[in-house]
Amino acid sequence: MSEKIRVLLAKPGLDGHDRGIKVIASAFRDAGFEVIYTGLRQTPEMIVNAAIQEDVDVVGVSILSGAHMTLFPAIKKLLTENKADNIILFGGGIIPDEDIKALEKMGIDKLFTPGATTEETVNYVRQAVAGRKDDEKIM
Amino acid sequence: MFDKKFTDEVKNRKQKWDGDAEKFRGKKSRPRFITVSGEDIDELYTPADVNGNEFFEKVGFPGEYPYTRGVHHTMYRSRLWTMRQFSGMGTPKQTNERYHYLLKNGQTGLSVAFDLPTLMGYDSDHPRSLGEVGKCGVAVDSLADMEILFDGINPRDVSTSMTINAPASILLAMYLAVAEKNNVPFDQVRGTLQNDILKEYIAQKEWVFPPEPSIRLITDLMAFCTDHVPQWNTISISGYHIREAGSTAAQELAFTLADGFTYIEAAIKDGQDVDAFAPRLSFFFNAHQDFFEEIAKYRAARRIYARRMKEKYKAKKERSWLLRFHTQTAGCSLTAQQPENNLVRTAFEALSGVLGGTQSLHTNSMDETLALPSAKAALLALRTQQIIACETGVANTIDPLAGSYFVEALTDKMEADAEKYLDEIDRRGGVVKCIEEGYLQREIANAAYRYQQEIERKERIIVGVNDYVMENEEIEIPILKIDESTESQQAAAVKNIRDNRDNDKVKRTLEDLMVAAKGNGNTLKAILDCVRVYATEGEIIDALRPIFGEYIEPPII
Repeated sequence: MSEKIRVLLAKPGLDGHDRGIKVIASAFRDAGFEVIYTGLRQTPEMIVNAAIQEDVDVVGVSILSGAHMTLFPAIKKLLTENKADNIILFGGGIIPDEDIKALEKMGIDKLFTPGATTEETVNYVRQAVAGRKDDEKIM
Repeated sequence: MFDKKFTDEVKNRKQKWDGDAEKFRGKKSRPRFITVSGEDIDELYTPADVNGNEFFEKVGFPGEYPYTRGVHHTMYRSRLWTMRQFSGMGTPKQTNERYHYLLKNGQTGLSVAFDLPTLMGYDSDHPRSLGEVGKCGVAVDSLADMEILFDGINPRDVSTSMTINAPASILLAMYLAVAEKNNVPFDQVRGTLQNDILKEYIAQKEWVFPPEPSIRLITDLMAFCTDHVPQWNTISISGYHIREAGSTAAQELAFTLADGFTYIEAAIKDGQDVDAFAPRLSFFFNAHQDFFEEIAKYRAARRIYARRMKEKYKAKKERSWLLRFHTQTAGCSLTAQQPENNLVRTAFEALSGVLGGTQSLHTNSMDETLALPSAKAALLALRTQQIIACETGVANTIDPLAGSYFVEALTDKMEADAEKYLDEIDRRGGVVKCIEEGYLQREIANAAYRYQQEIERKERIIVGVNDYVMENEEIEIPILKIDESTESQQAAAVKNIRDNRDNDKVKRTLEDLMVAAKGNGNTLKAILDCVRVYATEGEIIDALRPIFGEYIEPPII
């Protein structure tokens, strides 16, 4: 019996643009994931606390404000400090290529940019979670 | 509009034509023929499609009720739309340089884009501002920043629009204080304040306080400006952001008008005379990609508004019936892939705004899916407007598309669709109630999801994104980067202000503001006093927060 993939979707910082994250949320629900949406104006602490409390597999973060180099690393750091590194952290927004490379090096698993389809993000989450479960089996 | 005998004959002959055309209908160039909003468009429009549309009642003449053809008699023949480019980045000094650059290159009005901390009422050194200072617009913490922002620019010489909502009163106060320092009396200060909090709850999501006190701040500002700043447009009642959030054109139109009517009713309830404040209400619409749908939207907007102002709100002055608006080309239509294509998209969108009779226009820069506009991209955006004005001939005559069977039919349909939504909003108890129940937000989110699905099913082609794609594309245009030192510079500057001003005066003016806010005092008047002594934006908002409370949005998807 397969469990539903649990995803926390979050908007950190002051950015209020939530069109994208709501489209992703609807697509994830249609794909059969359990979706928890934190709402706007979340601090990294609030996001990580919610992720741990809700026992999610994945955290998806949306940032269009340009504050990604501050907020993504802060969230990753808190996940690590709270021994929640098994939670996959991914995101999307307005993020230049060079910053994507830098963030991926820091452990943000995948970043989607304008033009990405909901299908791609759904497939990514399925693969990423399956991959994590394989890793856990090996360990 | 046409004689019934004539339109009956047209219908007759169309039937025959229809039979002849049928043999070609096996082939279809597109899967569906829909507008950006998902509305089906007919193959052909004829005079029969506008029969029953009374020309004088519904179309008429420009500058005459119901203003379908334009709010002024001579429109662009007397004065072109204002070329007003929304602009702001990094520090006030950096933005001031961009303003001089744009003015030197022919821009005819200023428009200020603030950063997220400023939009949300946080000073640059607030913990919540970390990483956000100067990224989406210019950082303004106090009057000192405003003075730098307008260095070498006299409020007497130019009109200024400011895109700011929750802290709008504060920024207007700062601009008025700058005018004072330039010896410009308030009655000569010209510009527009966005100041439209309702659409924040609905779409842009930049609020501080809950609806009721926020509306009070707005009606206070309206009253103050009616008496002291008579050339200032107190609100820019906006559909742009509603559209950017994914709404259809009819939703954009209806929700915007509904917001406007809510402010009008609030001001009337506050005891203000509709003919005193209505002439200074203004609007702000999106120019999205469906060329004709947008033109129909603007024409329908003027007609609906004029009728309501005259018949429902009993405004007596003609100036109260006019829907004057600013237009911005659709940011959400731009692509990160092959960004030079955005120059083309923006040009078509701008053209629809002009053909729709806009009073003021902003054209997006091609690189805005990647960063804030580079100087080169900002210049091209401005040139786009100048080419439309000088080279295309579309401004030679007023409302050139009037009488087009398609455009008049579409205008009527847009009007009918918007009226349906206005009735529904009324039925549900008004805009604030609809916001509380999430009705407007859900309509928008559903439309956004439908649009995305159309793209993913290729029912809707976006060039460079789901067709005509280029693999491994290199971006070959300059990309603006906001200097990382912006934040520390601004933080140091605001600290310096706090250390070097008369803090007793600041304390007193903030206390007076709190008294005014708790009672019936005019909040803009009190904020002006705070601003003059260099109270910061964050301090003013913090003074009001315990009195007005904070709005928390239930995270519904």
